[in-house]
Amino acid sequence: MSNIPLIPENKTALPRLGEDNGLLAWVSSVDHKQIGIMYLLVTLFFFLVGGLEALFMRIQLAQPENSFLSPQTYNQIFTMHGTTMIFLFAVPTLIGFATYFVPLMIGARDMAFPRLNALSFWLLLFGGLLLYFSFLGGGSASVGGVGGATGGAPAVGWFSYAPLSETAFSMSKGTDYWALGLLSVGIGTLASAINLLVTIISMRAPGMTLRRLPLFVWMVLVNSFILLYALPPLNAGLAMLLVDRLLGGHYFTAVTGGSPILWQQYFWAFGHPEVYIMILPAWGMLSELIPVHSRKPIFGYEFIAMSSVAIGFLSFGVFGHHLLAVGLGHVYEAAFGLTSMAIAVATGIKVFNWMATMWGGKIHFNTSMKFAVAFLIMFTIGGISGVMFAAVPIDWQTTDTYFVVAHFHYVLFGGTAFALFAGIYYWFPKMTGRLLSEKWGKWHFWLTFIGFNTTFFVQHFLGLVGMPRRVYTYPDLPGWGLMNMISTIGSFILGLSVLLFIANVLISLRRGQPAGDNPWGGWTLEWATTSPPPVYNFEQVPPINGRRPLWDLAHPDDMDEQRR
Amino acid sequence: MISSPFDPNSPLAASITTLLFVTLIIGGIVFLIVLGPTLYSYIRFRARPGDDTEPYQNLGNTRLEITWTVTPAILLALLFGLTLMTMHRSDPPIPDNPQPDLIITGHQWWWEVLYPNSGVVTANEIHIPTGKQLLVQVDSADVIHDFWVPQLGRKVDATPGYTTHMWLQADKPGTYLGTCNEYCGTQHAWMRIRVIAESPTDFAAWEQSQTQIPAIPTTGDAATGAQLFQDLTCTKCHSIDGTAASAGIGPDLTHLGSRETLAAGVLDNTPENLATWLANPQAVKPGVHMPNLKLQPDEVNTLVTYLESLQ
Repeated sequence: MSNIPLIPENKTALPRLGEDNGLLAWVSSVDHKQIGIMYLLVTLFFFLVGGLEALFMRIQLAQPENSFLSPQTYNQIFTMHGTTMIFLFAVPTLIGFATYFVPLMIGARDMAFPRLNALSFWLLLFGGLLLYFSFLGGGSASVGGVGGATGGAPAVGWFSYAPLSETAFSMSKGTDYWALGLLSVGIGTLASAINLLVTIISMRAPGMTLRRLPLFVWMVLVNSFILLYALPPLNAGLAMLLVDRLLGGHYFTAVTGGSPILWQQYFWAFGHPEVYIMILPAWGMLSELIPVHSRKPIFGYEFIAMSSVAIGFLSFGVFGHHLLAVGLGHVYEAAFGLTSMAIAVATGIKVFNWMATMWGGKIHFNTSMKFAVAFLIMFTIGGISGVMFAAVPIDWQTTDTYFVVAHFHYVLFGGTAFALFAGIYYWFPKMTGRLLSEKWGKWHFWLTFIGFNTTFFVQHFLGLVGMPRRVYTYPDLPGWGLMNMISTIGSFILGLSVLLFIANVLISLRRGQPAGDNPWGGWTLEWATTSPPPVYNFEQVPPINGRRPLWDLAHPDDMDEQRR
Repeated sequence: MISSPFDPNSPLAASITTLLFVTLIIGGIVFLIVLGPTLYSYIRFRARPGDDTEPYQNLGNTRLEITWTVTPAILLALLFGLTLMTMHRSDPPIPDNPQPDLIITGHQWWWEVLYPNSGVVTANEIHIPTGKQLLVQVDSADVIHDFWVPQLGRKVDATPGYTTHMWLQADKPGTYLGTCNEYCGTQHAWMRIRVIAESPTDFAAWEQSQTQIPAIPTTGDAATGAQLFQDLTCTKCHSIDGTAASAGIGPDLTHLGSRETLAAGVLDNTPENLATWLANPQAVKPGVHMPNLKLQPDEVNTLVTYLESLQ
């Protein structure tokens, strides 16, 4: 990026903590950009905590019959790892991006409900702190004097299956903290979904029709609809679980006439749409940055948008594939197998369109693009193993084994996290006015890529030789120790790569190359304003005559609208 | 001893293995279809230094879109057909009024195994005759567990209040490892299963021996141990046929001496290991529902002598 001209320091810097009222300017902010940045910082913090928990797990599993962690501690940590990564990292970090960029991309001054926006963020932080307070406040429950559970964090898994999560089997208050924390986060997330929906529908700049909406905004739109209908089953389920636990209810206790399978239906009616909630905005990011780095418009805009709408609807019809081993009968199982295969078609369309966008382009292989290309490959692996679960008998063999762990890490880390890194390298300059270092970025990318594949690829094989998930240790069977050791080594490479990323952020914030308004030659509206944007976002919104307003501005004789 | 669906030992499991191979091959081809053009673009369509011109601005191609929508759809429709066939083969229909050959009940953290026809009760180790398709009823006594022996076929959850059935078969004699496959609490890791498949004659002999009520020892350490067993709190949870111990909370110990492992797979069943276990179960399997009874070493020894005599 040496061809970037020397650019003067920007004059619209964000409030600094050291300045007068600097802290107050953040805490009391209703500005979507400040709230977006707070989202990203808080979720980065939880990502680090969740990552640390993963490293603890990998140390314990490095050898068979290891005693680094007690089973009670291990079970708490894997529960917290899953809960943290899903509810406190993957979902809110994408919402944070949406909070920052949706108003900019549609040419709006702010979100539709700025105060509600702030409430969403603070509910997330409060819920996360409530969940983590369980380590201190959960109390130590000693089961009839037998092997007292240390600490009080929940130890019921992120899915919290009843009746294990009922008081008879989980006396520690950790499970109550889990349910209350997630309710808080869930209510905040619902508010964000409504806020984003109203913003996208009613705050678009003149000329920004739905057919011209940037694909990131399209994905956030679909995502917000999914959130709106997926979170109520979870919140209702959590309320029922709390009634069971605190008021002696019987929703999910079999011995008193409740149904443990009912919890599973509630949970996965939320839990599978949730999978798409964690990937749709990431797809949106790729649909923005792959075209810009390839210097071509997105290939098949309508097909990407419409296949995502299809996924939005289908995502509510696939949750039963989490219950294929329950024994609910072949009709139930085959139906959900079929819908799960259908959703794979809608997902494949997007992968092919991104590939076609790159084809014939002039691709700039910066760190952002490297992560995007790696996403295509990693996500495809995760998608293929996902289709295998839709083939019901394969699910009967592989579900709840390390094969599943490998699969969803390929989708959520190889997918969402890689897309996030691509997005951060792409939009960091807009948020801070400085570019992230490409030199550090190269190291960051390759260590992430190698560390990720070393950690998770081998887990496919672990699952296929019979290793179940959620075990604190395992017998010394042939190959198990070796494969687990490889995975543990990979996880430490991955940990190192995250440290490099943080170093890159910290160094680039101080000494990074000034970015200017539009370092990548982007075409959407956020690149039409300063970096970082002023409080009011735009002095003047450029005319919007197509999907790429800044292309049209630069090429008045070759506008997109004339091309169709 | 690898317990993998890739090494099936029953027609049920073998049909799943075939499906697994087919999907892996299809998946591999799809992966190459994505990887090839992506890497080609990576090399071929790099921006050359100094070239600031924009490439051809291609918005899309409807024919291509239809191709990569319809082709995967057809492929997946075929896979779905194969899935339906395999479901039927690997999990044949359960009769309307099932008469199970085996009733397996998941407990935190061990498996109770009942042979309803002979009345034999054992734990964690399931003896079956080879070549026969057995109907298994799967229940849970507390939380959700999952019964899985990869080489023999599908898994199925053990859900409290919801009885399920599955078929179990082994072609060749041998020991097939399995495990609880649904997270069920502190010691989910040590809730392992052994299916010991034997020729029908060996199985009949084993079942015959298991129906015998062991004699109560009258002399030596074994007799002291037998008395101790009745006097201590052991009988509050365990049962031994032919004695007053008949509680059904912990594993049935009537033929403990004939089993291969202790504590659902943590230890091999040897007198030394049994002594270690009795001295402090919490040290061997932390969180297990059997408390540390703070037994004296001589109490442990006599109990071990007695329990190992229960062949």
